[in-house]
Amino acid sequence: MGPEAQAMQRDDFSNPAMLGVAAGEAAWNSAPANGKPACSGCHGDINATMRGVDARYPARQANGAVMDLTGRIQTCQSQHQAITPEPRESAGLLALQAAVALRSRGMQIEAPASRGLSEAVSRGEALYRQRLGQLNLSCAQCHDDHWGRSLGGTRIPQGHPTGYPIFRLEWQAMGSLQRRLRNCFTGVRAEPFPAGASEWIDLEIYLRQRAAGMASDAPGVRP
Amino acid sequence: MSRPFSPHSGIELDRRALIGAGAMLVTALAVEPAAASPDMAAAIRKFTGGAEPKTGKVTLDIAPLVENGNAVGVEVKVDHPMTPESFVSEIAIFTEKNPVPDVAVFHLSPQSGRAHVVTRMRLATTQNVAAVARLSDGSHWQETREVIVTIAACTED
Amino acid sequence: MTTAMILVPRTPIRSGDVVMLKAMISHPMETGYRRTENGEEIPRNIIRRMICRYDGVEVFSVEMHQAIAANPFMSFGVVATKTGPVEFEWVGDNGFRHRQSAQLTVTG
Repeated sequence: MGPEAQAMQRDDFSNPAMLGVAAGEAAWNSAPANGKPACSGCHGDINATMRGVDARYPARQANGAVMDLTGRIQTCQSQHQAITPEPRESAGLLALQAAVALRSRGMQIEAPASRGLSEAVSRGEALYRQRLGQLNLSCAQCHDDHWGRSLGGTRIPQGHPTGYPIFRLEWQAMGSLQRRLRNCFTGVRAEPFPAGASEWIDLEIYLRQRAAGMASDAPGVRP
Repeated sequence: MSRPFSPHSGIELDRRALIGAGAMLVTALAVEPAAASPDMAAAIRKFTGGAEPKTGKVTLDIAPLVENGNAVGVEVKVDHPMTPESFVSEIAIFTEKNPVPDVAVFHLSPQSGRAHVVTRMRLATTQNVAAVARLSDGSHWQETREVIVTIAACTED
Repeated sequence: MTTAMILVPRTPIRSGDVVMLKAMISHPMETGYRRTENGEEIPRNIIRRMICRYDGVEVFSVEMHQAIAANPFMSFGVVATKTGPVEFEWVGDNGFRHRQSAQLTVTG
């Protein structure tokens, strides 16, 4: 992203994603109507308990399921708050994600392979290198072979999802990595994986492996 | 346009058919609403009450090229005191090719201390942006800048 | 839920200093030019005005049109005189109204 978007992200007061964080922090402290606890009821102070959490997501849960942060929050909502989880891409869920992700900002993204997710990393890499769509392009062809060059007015990045959930200027709204990846699918005129498909998680895990060791800059601004 | 391009038709008919087809093609691709295209100069004159703004005093800070037209930072400073005797009373921003030329009108007072405003605006396409300041003595000053707007890659549709 | 952020500079402010205030509010600023996937027009829904009052007196206001970006961000100057609230009010289409204040502390 160019200098303007970088400047917008660097200043917490200019970063539109911080409005999402403010809403998420309020939601963190709000108990659902059914008497179950607010997030703070179980997790206490977000600054203490959520520190470093996003940096190690997607993660394997106690029951063996591998989830991204969105899925984990939805699981908390259904299992511990007994409410219908907010849909992916809903403003409320993105706000909670942004609030949690902020607590990993500046911390190194952990390599999924070091947390027992090597097989998912391999599956994700296979997806990354697979040609897709009418344009018959793989992620690798743009993001490995042509990073740094211009597509439209934007520089092609190397595919390191360090800033999610982001405020994408193109959307004029907050959104998840999955939404951004769906836009890539549109870019190559490919049918996206179905909603809820494990491929999304595998691909995210591979991308986080690529980003391992980089500092999180969530919640970010992107063009 | 279904008129066949027949070699036996007169030259006039063929040319009209081609021009007609061309015009229709342009309409189908246009993204602006059906209303008449806006006039930035007319909008500025409406703001100034007909007066032509002078060049000077106003500094319009805006990137010459932006990655995305949805949120373009814009900063306007006017080199003029802000005292009860003489101050900048309004700063207005206009665009040349947006569907509506008006962007914002900032109302300042001597309590503002400084004629300096910052905001983020939308630019539909590459175009000129104008900042016009009105002083308490009724004079108007302006600066215009061109901004190249590029389109994001890999969008929703 | 509308969220707004107001920034009063944290550095010590003395009477007579000109401080740049910043304000940002969550709002889609729907232009009225977009259409849904089914081709239906999405009606305009924007904030029309933001007003700032310092110590009860209006010191700044801005009229906004559709070309102001989503989540409107504004920054402007105000002369600090004495400790007191800076009250912001945003007014817009469909009866939108939001008020939020911050304290401007003058230390000397």
